[in-house]
Amino acid sequence: MSLSVNRIDVEDFLYAEAALLDAWQLNEWLELFEEGAAYWVPPAGSNDEVTPDTTLFYVADDWFRLTERVKRLGKKNAHVEFPKSRCRHLVSNVRIVAGDDDSFEVASNFVTYRSKGGITETYLGHHRYQLKVNDGSIRITHKTSFLDTDNINEQGKVSIII
Amino acid sequence: MSTAPSSGIPLTTINEPYVAEDIDRGTFLVNRRAFVDPNVLSTERDVIFDKCWLYLGHESELVGKGEFLTRKVGGRELIFVRGQDNEARAFFNTCPHRGAMVCREKQGNGKMFRCFYHAWTFDLTGKLIQRPEGERYSEAAQAGMHNLVPVARLEQYRGLYFVNFDADAVDLVTYLAGATEYIDLTIDQSEVAMEIVGGMQEYGFQANWKLLAENSFDSYHGLPTHSTYFDYVQAAGGQLGESLGMNSQPRDLGNGHAVIEYSAPWGRPIAKPVAAWGNEGAAECAEILKRLEERFGKERAERIAYNNFNMVVFPNFVINNIMAITFRTFFPEAPDKQHVKAWTLAPTDESAAMRERRLYNFLEFLGPGGFATPDDCEALRLCQLGYQNLSAAGWNDISKGMGQDPVISNDEEQMRVFWREWDRRIAGAVA
Repeated sequence: MSLSVNRIDVEDFLYAEAALLDAWQLNEWLELFEEGAAYWVPPAGSNDEVTPDTTLFYVADDWFRLTERVKRLGKKNAHVEFPKSRCRHLVSNVRIVAGDDDSFEVASNFVTYRSKGGITETYLGHHRYQLKVNDGSIRITHKTSFLDTDNINEQGKVSIII
Repeated sequence: MSTAPSSGIPLTTINEPYVAEDIDRGTFLVNRRAFVDPNVLSTERDVIFDKCWLYLGHESELVGKGEFLTRKVGGRELIFVRGQDNEARAFFNTCPHRGAMVCREKQGNGKMFRCFYHAWTFDLTGKLIQRPEGERYSEAAQAGMHNLVPVARLEQYRGLYFVNFDADAVDLVTYLAGATEYIDLTIDQSEVAMEIVGGMQEYGFQANWKLLAENSFDSYHGLPTHSTYFDYVQAAGGQLGESLGMNSQPRDLGNGHAVIEYSAPWGRPIAKPVAAWGNEGAAECAEILKRLEERFGKERAERIAYNNFNMVVFPNFVINNIMAITFRTFFPEAPDKQHVKAWTLAPTDESAAMRERRLYNFLEFLGPGGFATPDDCEALRLCQLGYQNLSAAGWNDISKGMGQDPVISNDEEQMRVFWREWDRRIAGAVA
């Protein structure tokens, strides 16, 4: 592994990402991604090898659809998130798994709370990121949020960025 | 006497009118107590979910001998299994000994089921084949109840398996009535077979189950609720084309089932291409349409290819054959809470490119992370919250299109068909 960043750099990056999501600054959040990046949320309880070619995901956004998702969530007519829910993204167990500056993989665990109308929903699971270092900055090329629950009967939907 | 629910909503008496239809005045009202009252839910369990045919699963989920899955249907934990004799069977997932769930896996393949508690073991026909220290049981206990209990009725129509907990129920095809025509339109998309693709989605709504039945074939809400979806497809470019096909009136299919059939501008992976699919997609659709015409003639081929429909098979099985096919079923956990199971279905013989378009189409509209379904989730939640005001504002209005000629799919006749059957069964419970 030949990396110009270390785990603390990556943690700072992921905490900054979480802060943007907590603040609903989704346009700024999108700037953390490389153009052409993808964002996936496979069905709850999936293993890490799952792909949207053969499995029905909750979210399998290519770059275009990810930018459209961000646009949609900025609109009043995204009814499920108007008024906006309160969110708190907790990130831990950050590990650099493999790679070099051009492409490295990071694993982390998460608990994301979404609160609205007196009900607090909990999303828990682990992230897998494909990151790269571009002009000294970390950028996301692929983010997958694995939900480590059997289903989302209680949460009902994935209307926020996890 | 039941105790009042925590919301403070007073309980209704069961002989209160729930549905008030006045054909002369053109009004159709539904009492909001039908969505909040625990007594109503209890009656629904007895006279609807224990009496009607309920969707269990699709034949493609149990392909080989010994394949099984476990699934909660109508408040029961079931095992659905294909035996070594290739027969599909459904059992209650409970050991006849002390009641533990015998099968703990979501799906798998095996030759037997063994309850881990005392190691009673059953073959795939449900027969007890082994129990430790079996000689310690009396002759009566040896002969008595020791097999897995099968569900009273399991029948299939064109690969769609349904269960019924009432041994005296009419057969499935009679029950489905006019709905078979629309199941045929779905299954006939393939020359070989249709299959469930990519597993099952399980999610939930904080709303009464009947709200999702209504929503599943409510085209009136499409533009106001889902404007961000239409913004998205506009932005995507080439995702919308001409609305081919016929708009029909909402149809009463019998036994409480109803459908709306209509044309729409989106692409359909069965032979209605849009510009974004390119020449390749257009050529592939033309070939599919040609084969459909050879099999069914021009009129039916175009109906299969172009027409969208949303159908609710009473009480809770939905086929939405739109920009992709979704099967959906939902069960109440409480008056204000339901769990949903959803699948997508595709021809086994379609190309990889068409499969990709299909799944892409599905995810942009449907499912818990789509650009549309989460807003339905919110709409239904808000309806349920609004019903807390029922002592002052007590009735839903489902009158749209009454007395109009023609009645159109953007009207609410299809929901009235659902509610008339619901009312017939609920009122019948106390007659």
